[in-house]
Amino acid sequence: MDQFRTLVVDDEEDFLVTLVNRLKKRDIDAAGVKSGEEALDLVKKKLYDVIIMDIKMPGGMDGIEALREIKKIQPLVEVILLTGHGSVESSIEGMKLGAFDYLMKPIKLEELIPKMAEAFEKKNSHEQKIRTARIKELMRSPLRVLNEP
Amino acid sequence: MDNSIVEEIDHRAALKKNVLLWSVCIAITPMILVSCIILYQFRISYHQRVNAHLEELVAKHRQDIDTFLKERLGNIQVLAGNFSFENMSNERFLQERLNILQQNYGPVFVDLGVINFEGFQVAYAGPYKLKHASYSDADWFKKAMANNSEYYKSDVFLGLRGVPHFIIAVRRTSGDKTWIVRATIDFVYFNSLVEKIRIGETGFAFILNNEGKFQTHAVHDVAPDKSPYRDFLKYNNAEKKEIHIVEHADASGSTSLYVASFLKHGDWMLVYQQKSSEAFADYRRAVSIAIVIVILGCVLILSTAIILTNKLVRLLTKIDREKEMMNEQIVETGKLASIGELAAGIAHEINNPVAIMVGEAGWIEDLLEEEEFQASENMNEFKRALKQIHIQGKRCKEITHKLLSFARKTGSRPQDINVNELIEELVDLSAQRAKFSNVTIVTDFKEDMPSICVSQSELQQVFLNLINNALDAMEKDGGDIRISTRTDGNRVVVVVADTGPGIPSAVLNRIFDPFFTTKPVGKGTGLGLSICYGIIKKMRGEIEVQSTVGVGTTFLVKIPLPED
Repeated sequence: MDQFRTLVVDDEEDFLVTLVNRLKKRDIDAAGVKSGEEALDLVKKKLYDVIIMDIKMPGGMDGIEALREIKKIQPLVEVILLTGHGSVESSIEGMKLGAFDYLMKPIKLEELIPKMAEAFEKKNSHEQKIRTARIKELMRSPLRVLNEP
Repeated sequence: MDNSIVEEIDHRAALKKNVLLWSVCIAITPMILVSCIILYQFRISYHQRVNAHLEELVAKHRQDIDTFLKERLGNIQVLAGNFSFENMSNERFLQERLNILQQNYGPVFVDLGVINFEGFQVAYAGPYKLKHASYSDADWFKKAMANNSEYYKSDVFLGLRGVPHFIIAVRRTSGDKTWIVRATIDFVYFNSLVEKIRIGETGFAFILNNEGKFQTHAVHDVAPDKSPYRDFLKYNNAEKKEIHIVEHADASGSTSLYVASFLKHGDWMLVYQQKSSEAFADYRRAVSIAIVIVILGCVLILSTAIILTNKLVRLLTKIDREKEMMNEQIVETGKLASIGELAAGIAHEINNPVAIMVGEAGWIEDLLEEEEFQASENMNEFKRALKQIHIQGKRCKEITHKLLSFARKTGSRPQDINVNELIEELVDLSAQRAKFSNVTIVTDFKEDMPSICVSQSELQQVFLNLINNALDAMEKDGGDIRISTRTDGNRVVVVVADTGPGIPSAVLNRIFDPFFTTKPVGKGTGLGLSICYGIIKKMRGEIEVQSTVGVGTTFLVKIPLPED
């Protein structure tokens, strides 16, 4: 499996730390933040492949809001919603905003990591398609593409 | 006893009393009022009728008696006017005249006599030896001679013969001679004229003179010196021309009607009397019948009022109870909604710590993978414990997921539903309670059941209710619940059978009635099965029950498949 960059966003620090540690132990490049705002800051600085996002985070931006903002900055990043409170409305909204999947806590790592791998695959293939399209475009009209900012 | 219950009982008793009182008053008062007015009017008209009848009777008899006296006077006046003193003084001639009179009028005339101005009877024809009798001192002779009138009718007296009789005397004057023709009228015959005036048992008549002395026999005891006779005799001449009717009570308290009429120029008084009870017997009978009818009417009104009031109060009580139940049901529904929200909140609150627990267990597992721990002799025990944490964490997750799923399903929009899956879910939810009640839930599902198109939440409600009822019934002694599914033509059939105590046949046909419950007060609203019935009927299905006491109860739910 290719090494992929992962960000975990959850207000429950105990959960966050353990999950990040366990991912790191499996050689996954994982980082963790406790709020949507912190996640946004990081996303602006670094590219990620997969983000695991809690929905219900009291006191600030919730998971759905953070997803919407992150997708504006990094449209290709895949977000897996992971929540203890499953509501039909939030799951539908999350999927509409482009979330990769919607999972319920508690979840075993053996189930989560394959889901992350799928998300990473999807992101890769999406990037690949874009790249191919750009090459084809470059070959058709190189000047216009090169002049793009 | 609870204060509110005491107040409610008092309120119902007061309501019952008021309704009863008013309905009885409103119904009985007009009836009694109308009855009294009718009876009063009837009394007046009946009295008038009886009085008019008696007046007519007495007037007729007065006329008869007066006519009798006038005719007898006329007979004697003819004798005195047509024949001379000499002729009349001849006893043989006088006897012939008496015979002729007796032949014509019967034994009315007892005898005839001719008396000279000195009071000496010069001739006599009759059964007594009265020839040469002297009447110079007799009261009647003096009155006959002194009287301005030419005749005189005496009162009844005994006289020389010692037998009751009365005299008609006609005075004649021829030349210088004044003489009197005297006739004696038979008392028995005269008395019979009055005695025959009889009505009923107590109506009779008699004649009194001015002094209150009997001129005829009275059939019953009479005290002529007392009221009302004494009052009648005090009337003046003008008053004596009229007929008088009075009702008077005697010493014993019984009242009689007295009708008085005067004859012989006011000298005699014909009295008719009759007990009021007899005279007004028909009226009294009518009053008795009316009273009986009124009493019966009152009893009827009272009993009807009591029955209707009881029904009304029962109806009101039922309406109150239903209203109360509806309120409770609304509160209950509100509670259910709150429980749904609470369940969702709890699920979230539990899932997070469980996620941490499971995560930490996973972290321990990860760490144990490292070489330094592999040699630990408790490694197998660590692994078993961690596996257990994962299993129990998964179990928590399933429970909270079901809670969340149940709380979410509140809509009644029809959708395709697999009955087997729906029941399986409910059985899982009830598993814990069944375990505590020592009840085993067994399912026997037909595979490949076709979907039905109904509201999921409503169908859930029906089967959850049936399962809960079965669990309630077997709470004490435990047992089995067998849930099976099958298809029957174009219908899906679900059978929920328990081995509980069963339902007595007396109440079996009422279990779908709203508010009917056999559970203790406060335990059941009596709405569960009626709601189930309503839901299944709405789905155009059927719900049936079979039960045997001591064996168990079986509910059959039949729901039609979609038409296409």
